[in-house]
Amino acid sequence: MNARFGWKGGVPANVLITGGRVVDSRQNLDVQLDVLVTDGVITEVGPVGTITAGDSTTTVNADNGILMPAFTDPHIHLRTPGQEHKETIATGTKAAAAGGYCLVIAMPNTSPVIDGPDLLRGILARASETAVIPMAQTGAITRDLAGTELTEMATMMETGAAGFTDDGIAVRDAGVFRRALRYQAVAGGVIALHEEDPALSMGAPLNEGVISARLGLRGQPGSAESTMIARDCALARMEDAAIHIQHVSTYESVEVIRREKAQGTKVTAEASPHHLLLTEEACSTLDSRAKMNPPLRTEVDRNAVIAGLVDGTLDCVATDHAPHSDDEKSQPFEDAPFGTTGLETSFAVLYDELVTPGLISLPVLVERMTSGCIPFGFDPPTVAVGQPANLALFDTRAEWVAGEGGWVSMSSNSCFAGRTMSGRISLTLAGGVIVHTAGATQ
Amino acid sequence: MKHLLGIEELGREGIERILDRAESFEGVASRDIQKVPALRGRLIVNLFYEASTRTTSSFELAAKRLSADVISVRSSGSSVEKGESLKDTIATLDAYEPAAIVVRHPRAGAAHLVSKWTRASVINAGDGAHAHPTQALLDVHTLRGRIGALDGRNIWIVGDIAHSRVARSTAKAFSLMGARVTLAGPPTLLPPGIGAALGCGETSSLASLGEADVVYALRMQHERMTGGDVPSLAEYANLYSVTEARLRPDQLVMHPGPVNRGVEIAGDVVDSGRSLIAQQVAAGVAVRMAVLYELLAGAERDGRMREVTAA
Repeated sequence: MNARFGWKGGVPANVLITGGRVVDSRQNLDVQLDVLVTDGVITEVGPVGTITAGDSTTTVNADNGILMPAFTDPHIHLRTPGQEHKETIATGTKAAAAGGYCLVIAMPNTSPVIDGPDLLRGILARASETAVIPMAQTGAITRDLAGTELTEMATMMETGAAGFTDDGIAVRDAGVFRRALRYQAVAGGVIALHEEDPALSMGAPLNEGVISARLGLRGQPGSAESTMIARDCALARMEDAAIHIQHVSTYESVEVIRREKAQGTKVTAEASPHHLLLTEEACSTLDSRAKMNPPLRTEVDRNAVIAGLVDGTLDCVATDHAPHSDDEKSQPFEDAPFGTTGLETSFAVLYDELVTPGLISLPVLVERMTSGCIPFGFDPPTVAVGQPANLALFDTRAEWVAGEGGWVSMSSNSCFAGRTMSGRISLTLAGGVIVHTAGATQ
Repeated sequence: MKHLLGIEELGREGIERILDRAESFEGVASRDIQKVPALRGRLIVNLFYEASTRTTSSFELAAKRLSADVISVRSSGSSVEKGESLKDTIATLDAYEPAAIVVRHPRAGAAHLVSKWTRASVINAGDGAHAHPTQALLDVHTLRGRIGALDGRNIWIVGDIAHSRVARSTAKAFSLMGARVTLAGPPTLLPPGIGAALGCGETSSLASLGEADVVYALRMQHERMTGGDVPSLAEYANLYSVTEARLRPDQLVMHPGPVNRGVEIAGDVVDSGRSLIAQQVAAGVAVRMAVLYELLAGAERDGRMREVTAA
């Protein structure tokens, strides 16, 4: 099997990070420690002041910081090929580095769609030249996302696919979806699902509720998502196949997934920062930065998504980083494309809005920020001797205003733009290489 | 006030101020010279992305009766059809230094966007199913002219609430003026949450229609049937048409036009003495004159204009 990610790599780091609060539930760590990285590998983890650095080792004082395994994002859009005016592999992975990530998984709904081994090979080759951090690529479930013919999933897995998804749309035809599940037995690869029954959602630009009624816009009912999740979980259980539910946004959806997990269905799921922190209220001024799919829902839904992330019903955080140009986003709300960027703000905004008020513990949030790669068959990063250095350092005193100094991403359509964040990622190591330091991404 | 984008930003006081001025403009049409010089030398652009005979013509006439210069841009045959973005179109029009841009657009929020891209005052002449504040003003004006204060009055708005910007703006305006508003229509045309959104009652039954002082029927668009929102216009008419049989003798009837006789409202109701439909149309010009006057007459031209003039 070929490499399942592309990355340009870099010089292995020699760095001693001292005094940081090291948080990694996989090692039962939540304590101040020194961490030594030698030639890109974690070689020592010990009490503060006990590790001495060699001459060629840089020392980073992390007294104000939280040192974590770097994050993994199972759901981002790099717009390559075909829409490089929104984002490229280079800019998107650089934004991810700035957000503390060491691995991102790109969606295949590009132009053309990544629906065959040759296109997949091309993307991984380009990633190996330009990706700032390791980047994995999913392939489509159906050719051209048309929902009718399966792609060559087995060959794509051999070529290095991370898994499969028709992200952006649901696999409408239950028969096609069932064949994809059955075929997983030979091809492998998790099937990740954007759950939205188009007959119920009707492509509406926001949630169905008081805000859509007031604005005179058609709304998507939450049932457009939850009924598809129920259908797909039932089929996955029947076929004993593994599925991953993307960007869960409603109370009912969380309930369905919780029930299915209790019954042993092989289902994992993700939550996005915007569904964890915002509601449909954000659409009331028709600000297109608050237009995403699935749409922002109600406070009841938001609280259910938080509860699901806390209790593990939702396994991980996924940004659904969806860059769009200013021209596209400055159209009327209905015409503007769905999506918000998210890679540069995810941990900082979740730390302020969920950890600080005590809605989720820091170790649990870190676990959820790092687990997104697991459904796709990647080992999660961890802070342990012998492991490659995949580390994110969060400076809790580096207050900043999101977007004020510009973005690393090519696009600025962030639903969190203008927020004051109390802390910021100041150092990221991916695969043993320093890929981001405060004020400068490598 | 710089723009008129929605009725709620006027409040009751603003509505009353504009309608009092509208009353004073009502006599202008009967003068020998049907004009007042209030906006002489000012440019007003009508930018219509949807066809609308009565709204375009009444805005044009209102501007002309205030002695303004008017140009009307329609989407058909224009750069709009060549794929120009709304933002670029506004930049082009803004170069003509208009005092006001009147905009009708099929998308909710379009007028609000336009207001961010121009130095002119912007008047929302209808954006999607969101808002139509000048229609709301002329509805209040018409009803006030007939029954006086609306406080405590019961008004039912009947029909396709889902797709109606008129319902949203007019319901808010009636509520601001102290009336109690009920929205009635088929469940498939009453969006979930609409009552809470607008602070109105909502019902799918006309059984209590008798409690209304005024019944406001909405246009039922033929294209709604293809979307499957109602099984047929005939069944809609059976259940929801405003007919003499459903009305008490002293109830008044309104409609924003154009009317589908025999669908949302019976022809004999349209032509009866209880109908205020003709008065609504007549009120359009004076009310729009008052809106233009409100936004423009007091406002100084911006500094850049004066500098250019001086040079």
